[in-house]
Amino acid sequence: MTQAADCIIIGGGPAGLQAAGRLAQAGYHATVLEKEETVGGKLNKWDKLFPDFYDAKKLKKQLEDDCASSDVTLMTGAEAVKVEPEGSMWKVTVKDGRTLSAPSVLLCTGFEPFDATRKEEYGYGIYPDVISSVELEAMIGKGEIKTRDGRTPQSVAYIQCVGSRDEKTGNHYCSVNCCICAVKQCIEVKQLLPEANQYCFYMDLRMTGQHFEERYRESQEKYNVHFIRGRVSETALTQDGRIQVKAEDTLLSRPVKMTVDLLVLMVGMEPSPSTRHFAEELQMSDPYGFYLSQDHESDDNLTRHAGIFLAGSGKRPMAIPKTRKDADAAAWEIIRYLKQHTR
Amino acid sequence: MKAFGFNLQKTRTYEIDTTHSPCEELEHAVPSFRQCMFCGSCAATCSANSHIDFNILRYNLLFRRGTRQEIANDLDNCMLCGKCSLVCPRGVNTRAMIMEMRKELQTDRP
Repeated sequence: MTQAADCIIIGGGPAGLQAAGRLAQAGYHATVLEKEETVGGKLNKWDKLFPDFYDAKKLKKQLEDDCASSDVTLMTGAEAVKVEPEGSMWKVTVKDGRTLSAPSVLLCTGFEPFDATRKEEYGYGIYPDVISSVELEAMIGKGEIKTRDGRTPQSVAYIQCVGSRDEKTGNHYCSVNCCICAVKQCIEVKQLLPEANQYCFYMDLRMTGQHFEERYRESQEKYNVHFIRGRVSETALTQDGRIQVKAEDTLLSRPVKMTVDLLVLMVGMEPSPSTRHFAEELQMSDPYGFYLSQDHESDDNLTRHAGIFLAGSGKRPMAIPKTRKDADAAAWEIIRYLKQHTR
Repeated sequence: MKAFGFNLQKTRTYEIDTTHSPCEELEHAVPSFRQCMFCGSCAATCSANSHIDFNILRYNLLFRRGTRQEIANDLDNCMLCGKCSLVCPRGVNTRAMIMEMRKELQTDRP
């Protein structure tokens, strides 16, 4: 078998594209396998990025431009299904039966949003105006926020930690991005619907990044978003087709009840099916199905297999800036490995 | 024979639909009102709160949520010493807030 590239990158999202661009800049050939018909991954589902409303399309263009090199081969509609050792090389099998071979493989198979139908008490998939943050983002991208029957919402509520920090769903971890994403979306919705009242139910708000806290304050002071500490217990449909929400306001120690036109579930991040598949196949899965790196302190891009590398949210929830820096680090580790083992 | 059964008490649930009204007057009079992040340092330092049930943080929240009348009488217990303003990390003018709430709820005594 002939060598397809110096590195086969599985997944053409932000991590995969970033790493491919970096490898090419250093003179190494990378082949990116993307299962969808277009690269960009979850970036394609997002309009603006927190905390500074960075244009997702602009970022995608930058990533693609970095890959516009003869040293990067982008293969779309090519879903990798198997990764196995072959001598000192790794063989990657694509769904249509093609096989590729390279001394190194970088897994950038990422995450997928939590399936909110699993939290039945919130009514997702049951009541039409209970939507996920991904669906709200699509509405924001179109510049039009409507209920399913075409009304303009007068009140919108958000529920944090849907499928994160929740033992019932088996996801004990924090998904990191949803707190600040809700703040971003509240601001955007208020800009589109200046008359709407907005309420955000939270357990605690984790504004972990630089400038996140300022955005959170701005959402309250300038955009009048009401943050209510308390987890929503149940939702119900009212006779006029709106959503009734019940929670305990834990700052007041009193139950609170309200009716809203639109209920947005801030869904957490879970390993994508491909991440689960390769994590299991290569025996490097953490308890949730994410990839386990060799050492999360010092060798976070390496795995238990020499020549298999990791980058991005397949390891754990992370935002795009961190994902890209992780991909930079992975590219460096790959170059170091290739120098030792091939040239 | 002992009376059997139970009586229903008034619900403790507050309903945002029926009570929610913007705090425009208060926000206009005391712009720092919105900056409260409910840390509780005002209530922790409050001399009144250490002896009787007087919690500024709770009044701030109740006022925002629209359940205003139930705090009307409580507000008179503030001695306006201003210790709460001193410790507030976000610079909320808590004393002015209490004065304005009293004014709006017409409990302000001459």
